[in-house]
Amino acid sequence: MNKLNGIHLSHDKGTKDCKTIDFPLPKTVVIPMSQHMGAPCNCLVKKGDPVTKGQKIGDSEAFMSAPIHSSVSGTVTDVIDYLLPNGSVCKAAVIETDGAQTLCPDLKAPVVNDRKSLIAAVKESGLTGLGGAGFPTHIKLNFDPSKTPVDVLVINAAECEPYITSDYRELIENTDDVLNGIKLVMKHLDIKECKLCIEENKPDAIELMKKKTEKIKNIEIISLPSTYPQGAEKVIIYSATGRIVAEGELPSNQGVMVMNVSTAGFIYRYTQDGIPLTTRRITVDGDCIARNKGNYFVPVGTKVSDILSHCGAEKAGKVLYGGPMMGMCLYDTDQPVTKTTNAILAFKEGRKPETTACIRCGRCVRTCPLSLMPLMIEKAYKEKDVEELKKLKVMLCMNCGCCAYACPAHRPLAEINQLAKGLIPRK
Amino acid sequence: MSTAKIMLMVIIALLPAAIAGCVFFGPRAALVLAVSVISCVVFEALCRIVMKREQTVSDLSAIVTGLLLGMNLPAAAPIHAVVIGSFIAIVVIKQLFGGIGQNFANPALAARIVLMLSFGEGMTTWVAPYWYKSVDVVTSATPLSASWINYTENGVSYKMAPFSLAEMFLGVTGGCIGETCAAGLIIGGLFLIVTKIISPCAPAAFIGSFALLTFLYTGSAVETVYGVLAGGLLIGAFFMATDYATTPVTAKGKIIFGIGCGVITFVIRSFGNFPEGVSFAIILMNLLTPYNDKLTLTNPFGAKKPVKAENK
Repeated sequence: MNKLNGIHLSHDKGTKDCKTIDFPLPKTVVIPMSQHMGAPCNCLVKKGDPVTKGQKIGDSEAFMSAPIHSSVSGTVTDVIDYLLPNGSVCKAAVIETDGAQTLCPDLKAPVVNDRKSLIAAVKESGLTGLGGAGFPTHIKLNFDPSKTPVDVLVINAAECEPYITSDYRELIENTDDVLNGIKLVMKHLDIKECKLCIEENKPDAIELMKKKTEKIKNIEIISLPSTYPQGAEKVIIYSATGRIVAEGELPSNQGVMVMNVSTAGFIYRYTQDGIPLTTRRITVDGDCIARNKGNYFVPVGTKVSDILSHCGAEKAGKVLYGGPMMGMCLYDTDQPVTKTTNAILAFKEGRKPETTACIRCGRCVRTCPLSLMPLMIEKAYKEKDVEELKKLKVMLCMNCGCCAYACPAHRPLAEINQLAKGLIPRK
Repeated sequence: MSTAKIMLMVIIALLPAAIAGCVFFGPRAALVLAVSVISCVVFEALCRIVMKREQTVSDLSAIVTGLLLGMNLPAAAPIHAVVIGSFIAIVVIKQLFGGIGQNFANPALAARIVLMLSFGEGMTTWVAPYWYKSVDVVTSATPLSASWINYTENGVSYKMAPFSLAEMFLGVTGGCIGETCAAGLIIGGLFLIVTKIISPCAPAAFIGSFALLTFLYTGSAVETVYGVLAGGLLIGAFFMATDYATTPVTAKGKIIFGIGCGVITFVIRSFGNFPEGVSFAIILMNLLTPYNDKLTLTNPFGAKKPVKAENK
């Protein structure tokens, strides 16, 4: 088995020992109707409506979607058009909290006793992949066993981005939830084995999980080398199973399902208490955070500005959803925490390195985990050479950013890969 | 890492051989190096001003080119030839094709070849090591132009090398300023490999294929080692065949490039009109680099081979 390329980053996991605490309830929350991959939800509430915690406030008929629930009890003060970080616009409910956090009376723990009821329950919970991409989990679970049987469940606890420790805290604090979630999924979806993958920079988590699974034969704990992007789906599948997910394939084509560790933990908790996905554990860190660095349970919809003022980072130059490598930059700190946010990082505005000419050193090629050739892609993109771009397989790029990180000329290669994808006509 | 840092590392790696050249060939060698570096930097700056492009002198690449050019000239090279060489390297080869990263051939080597063809005598007058300590100018043969001495003893014929391998390794022979000191070049090359500035693929393939062919042809280990240490092979393998802009990007491409250089060098040295063939070998392979790159694309992880469209 060949080792895939990658880069070594400083880990900066300074919050790893910070026990997760509840973030103080904010005065208002902004809950966008699109927090997942797929179709946005229709807003089910209007201005003036009272809402309770866990009440469904957004839903969609579309296949690829996940319902949205209120994270607080209070009153809807407005329904606004909200500009998502990816540039599209969706509705968002602005809710003023009443501080009571009254639970929605309709909530009850679902009865899960087979495949169908598990998928239905997961759909109802509004769960999307908590690793960052936000793929609706019920769709992932709903693979067709007759066409693409899945025999391996890969639990992703690599957490290869610097700073972020929220998945690590899930492993440490909610060990049993994670294991029960894994067992539940394996049982009802008839998956034979599970490989729980943790990067070797978290030895205590590896040891803890190994101890806990000593007597469980079909759950294997795998220690992965700490290289970025170890947690990328195709990379972790290859590292854990040696299987290669080819272009155009889903992991299920290779008999694999990848699930984030926090997602697994949530599934079990939902089957116990019936509270949908309304709170997220996030890591707050970065060189601009003056106080209260750490891990928090934050209601979905909490404005990032509330978090920044709680942590003394009002003057941050650059604020990110997620990690420094693949995280998304906020255009406005009043943007909210969503289901897919695993960290808020606040940095001083750094000096942007000057972009210079490509010297063809080949570092982008040597670091690309998928062995793409970003320097060639950049040239083909400039020439708008669609055939060449197809030949160079730009569509495989997962935007991990290794190329741009390694480039001594500081060329925005990862960005150009994404732009180049746009030139290729969709079938 | 930045472009300037990479160039600085290359400059550091070139220093041992350059300093050795100055020690062996005296102040005149230092003058050639200084003129070459300074004129390269000046041409680079002027070119960017005239072309109304952003200034690139601070990326240090002009210093690398100047140093390499100077090291590839004899200590007795006429000063005006050095300036002309710098002009060809920086203006004609590098800047007219778009500046750093865009040149199709190694600037220093292309300039050296032009000078060799234009200034026959000035470029082939080789002063002997430490000539500046004697009263008269002493010229010398280079390890490649000097003939091997044939002699017969007890009915068995022997060949004796004009220079001992120890002299070759230290660089106490006639030759270009920076190419004679094999020890210095190897130290510099290893430094660049260890710091991952260059990949060992091209130098290993270059030296390996040349050595293999020479050994098969001559059947003599001494002649093989002699050939590797002689002339521009080491400076070429470590510092020219690893130039980013003019050599292939992938490991596969670099190996093909290195083998091509080794074969051409061997052919020119053994059968050609010139005693030395490294410059020509590298320049010829430089010209093939775009095709080499196209033939040695990586195989992306999980990529499917294109299915040939069926003719209907």
